[in-house]
Amino acid sequence: MNKDEYQKLVKEFTPKEKKLKNAVIAFLVGGSIGFIGQVVVAILTTSFSMEVKDAYVWLCISMIFISSLLTALGFFDNWVSTCKAGLFLPTTGFAHSVTSAALDYRKDGFITGLGANFFKLAGSVLLYGMLGGFFFGILGVIFHG
Amino acid sequence: MASKKINNVYIKDVVSLAGPVEKNGSIKDYDFVIDDYYYHCKTFEQAEVKMQKTVIDHLLERHRLVHSDIDYLISGDLSNQIAVSSYTASNYTIPFMGVYSACASFIESLIVGSEMMEGKRKSNVLCVTSSHNCGAEKQFRFPIEYGAPKPNTTTFTATGAVAVLLTKEEARIRLESYTVGCVCDMGCKDASHMGAVMAPAAAKTLVTHLLEMNRSIDEYDLILTGDLGAVGAKIFEEYLKRNYNLKMKNYMDCGCELYLKSQEETYAGASGPVTLPLFLFNKVLKQKRYKKILCIGTGSLHNLFFVNQKLAIPSIAHAISLEVRS
Repeated sequence: MNKDEYQKLVKEFTPKEKKLKNAVIAFLVGGSIGFIGQVVVAILTTSFSMEVKDAYVWLCISMIFISSLLTALGFFDNWVSTCKAGLFLPTTGFAHSVTSAALDYRKDGFITGLGANFFKLAGSVLLYGMLGGFFFGILGVIFHG
Repeated sequence: MASKKINNVYIKDVVSLAGPVEKNGSIKDYDFVIDDYYYHCKTFEQAEVKMQKTVIDHLLERHRLVHSDIDYLISGDLSNQIAVSSYTASNYTIPFMGVYSACASFIESLIVGSEMMEGKRKSNVLCVTSSHNCGAEKQFRFPIEYGAPKPNTTTFTATGAVAVLLTKEEARIRLESYTVGCVCDMGCKDASHMGAVMAPAAAKTLVTHLLEMNRSIDEYDLILTGDLGAVGAKIFEEYLKRNYNLKMKNYMDCGCELYLKSQEETYAGASGPVTLPLFLFNKVLKQKRYKKILCIGTGSLHNLFFVNQKLAIPSIAHAISLEVRS
């Protein structure tokens, strides 16, 4: 049996992931987080007469705080395992990725451990987020002046 | 020849320690059980060193052995540069050798150990292995608290440590013969599907063993593979059937058996070098049903650099055959 034939055999026996189920869960969970966020913004702007811009900042900060706290308390990883992209794509996931890496390396020294590995997972998001921002910023200047 | 008969080497005693998930699995009577992944240490790595120390100390104490009674200490684990084994060995004045074949390290240590005892009349050798779920996750996968979504083919690194005392004195379990495997590459690149990576290596070693020792598969009461997992074990059986026209009758995979089906967090089953000895010594050999057992330890020989460079993962399998007296 050569490599290609073996790969076919492997494919034959590898169970299919339940993509539709995962997508539906992710859609519902991610959507709910967005919904909660919108409700919080609505409350902040109407009841606390906050400006919309400030309300979003406060919302973002509290989402990050809550998810980091839940990560540290040990709940969030189980939820991510079940809810998948619904939880790790929003801001909650970004905060969670940073906190979980920090927890792993907290005893390996502040510089060589915690500092060096803090953005282990989130580093890519930051780098390509910034590059994307830069690129689309230039496009914006060119087309809209 | 990759295979060789072993002259009078016996397993005198075994001490095993199991982690928090393993104690809720299919085996209940380990010598030691830990509830906490830290095992009263600061880090997971230090906890694994303590786990190895616990089993070695207990084994020495049980047989009233001092360091100078042991000729060699041979151990292996999954940590980078097998640092856990080395740090453990620094506590003993016993000549030490570290071995690494990923999850086949335990079988490799038995092979090396029995070979070192060749020609001696009296000899004691300690073979030790361990793995730690969190240590392995941190090193090979994502941060532990991240809980990254995993495919169903992923195996769960078992937490535990096992120390085995090999002697020349007659005992119930005899190491009969061994086969050293070749490194095998069948083009699998997925590090979360290690069963598929290791299955061809296991098959090759099994076939080589049978051929070189001139035996048929029915001569063994049990063929035991290390940690192919639920998917890998099926691929292994099918590959043997299609490629070598061999049908397995008395076959078990330790990875599939160590946990219960209800433990969903373990996905396709257990992995890690400690999987095979935990199941072999605490379940298979305690049952007293099997007289001739062939243990095939399987290892996926990757590190993160090569996986990130998108190269296919090489794998290895070593086999050792045991004879059990009733």
